[in-house]
Amino acid sequence: MSEHEDEFTAYHSLGEDSDDHRWAFGTGFTDPLEGIDTSVASDIDGEALAAYCLMLGDDALVYSHRLQQWMMKAPELEEETAIANIALDLLGQARMLLARAGKADGSGRDEDHYAYFRAEAEFRNVRLVEHLDADFAELVARLLIFSTWRLALFDGLQVAKDPVLAAIAAKGVKELTYHRDYAAQWVVRLGDGTEVSKQKMQAALDVVWPMVDELFTPHPVEVGLHDVAVDVTTLRAEVDVVLDTVFATAMLDRPHSAPLAPVAGRSGRDGLHTEALGYVLAELQSVARAYPDATW
Amino acid sequence: MVTPTRAPAVDARAARTAVDAMAVAATVPDPELPMVTLADLGILRSVRQDADRVTVTITPTYSGCPAMREISHDLRHRLEQAGFAEVIVRTELSPPWSSDWITEEGRNKLAAAGIAPPNPAARRGSGPVPLTLMPMPRTVDCPRCGSARTTQTAAFSATACKALYRCQSCDEPFEYVKEI
Repeated sequence: MSEHEDEFTAYHSLGEDSDDHRWAFGTGFTDPLEGIDTSVASDIDGEALAAYCLMLGDDALVYSHRLQQWMMKAPELEEETAIANIALDLLGQARMLLARAGKADGSGRDEDHYAYFRAEAEFRNVRLVEHLDADFAELVARLLIFSTWRLALFDGLQVAKDPVLAAIAAKGVKELTYHRDYAAQWVVRLGDGTEVSKQKMQAALDVVWPMVDELFTPHPVEVGLHDVAVDVTTLRAEVDVVLDTVFATAMLDRPHSAPLAPVAGRSGRDGLHTEALGYVLAELQSVARAYPDATW
Repeated sequence: MVTPTRAPAVDARAARTAVDAMAVAATVPDPELPMVTLADLGILRSVRQDADRVTVTITPTYSGCPAMREISHDLRHRLEQAGFAEVIVRTELSPPWSSDWITEEGRNKLAAAGIAPPNPAARRGSGPVPLTLMPMPRTVDCPRCGSARTTQTAAFSATACKALYRCQSCDEPFEYVKEI
């Protein structure tokens, strides 16, 4: 092998003699499930499986976007990298789940279709993930609740009858464990900190708390997917133990704010969202909708 | 866009018999940690060779790994240069990647580049995933001076797979590959 070829690195392949032109490292996306057997077992309803993947995928996609909006605004560089990495993990989970949806319902739609070309009412995320955090305390309050709930959910999903979903969950469990620890440690640090940090941390929990009940409200799609979907009502005990441990260590009160009610029986999983989601989608989708044939 | 592909470096027919696809794939560096190869990191899961057709299976470290396409492209490029006519790169998600899969050689290369290799990943018992309310209690030796007097300064770092540490003996900051 010549000396030139010894110097081969990924960066060289971006050069003139490459047959795979891209404008920067990390651009150009391929199917995140490429080469994976994505057939659906005959006793699983593919439409329902797709709807379920969209629920879990939209939670991660929308929340990842909200976390990305913290970039350049975090209190310290270390928190900036933490938030960016957490957002990246969730984006990765979202990509695989949206891709899984397009294979499961047989439509062949790709991740970009679901992320960029669905209207607000077609998104199936819980309302907890839609809001812009008012401050860092609210960020860690929301992240604690979201990651504690999603970790318990993904842990249960590891034995799902759909092997693709189970594999996505098994990877996610490792990531979410770090996310939850990060959030929990910050809630303790702020709750058991100064008078001001304690007051802000408690106020943040009170703001986020109304969105908690929705996380444990089963949707008909989940109920119909026996042995595939996790029954969210079974997660409450584990989540409560974790949250109560964190609150006690942080010397914070478990909030009592009333749950955000469904509207005419509908909530996030049914496509009924708060006005905050529209702002997320406007930013997320506008370029793709303006230039629908663009590639990146 | 159409660009002429480079001529194979060796005669394809000779390559079919003389070149071991695994040996070629194993030399491809990781795009984000170029001091180690894909094989060192344990993300090269298998290489199946059938005459001049090769199927390579890789697995991402983290769900959001932005380098998967780079890795796939690099593998295809190297193997095509070695004379293989058809190169298929597959992704595998299960079992999920573990930092325990980094080879001894990979660990040594990371340490030599100033990145502390991971501790063994925690064995998961039954029951819920345990919560860690204090910074992870690990023993991490400084890759520069060898001191065990080190502290974690951040739970995440420039890539998803690392945390940030500082040595209290030589005062240097360094990265640590997290155990997962």
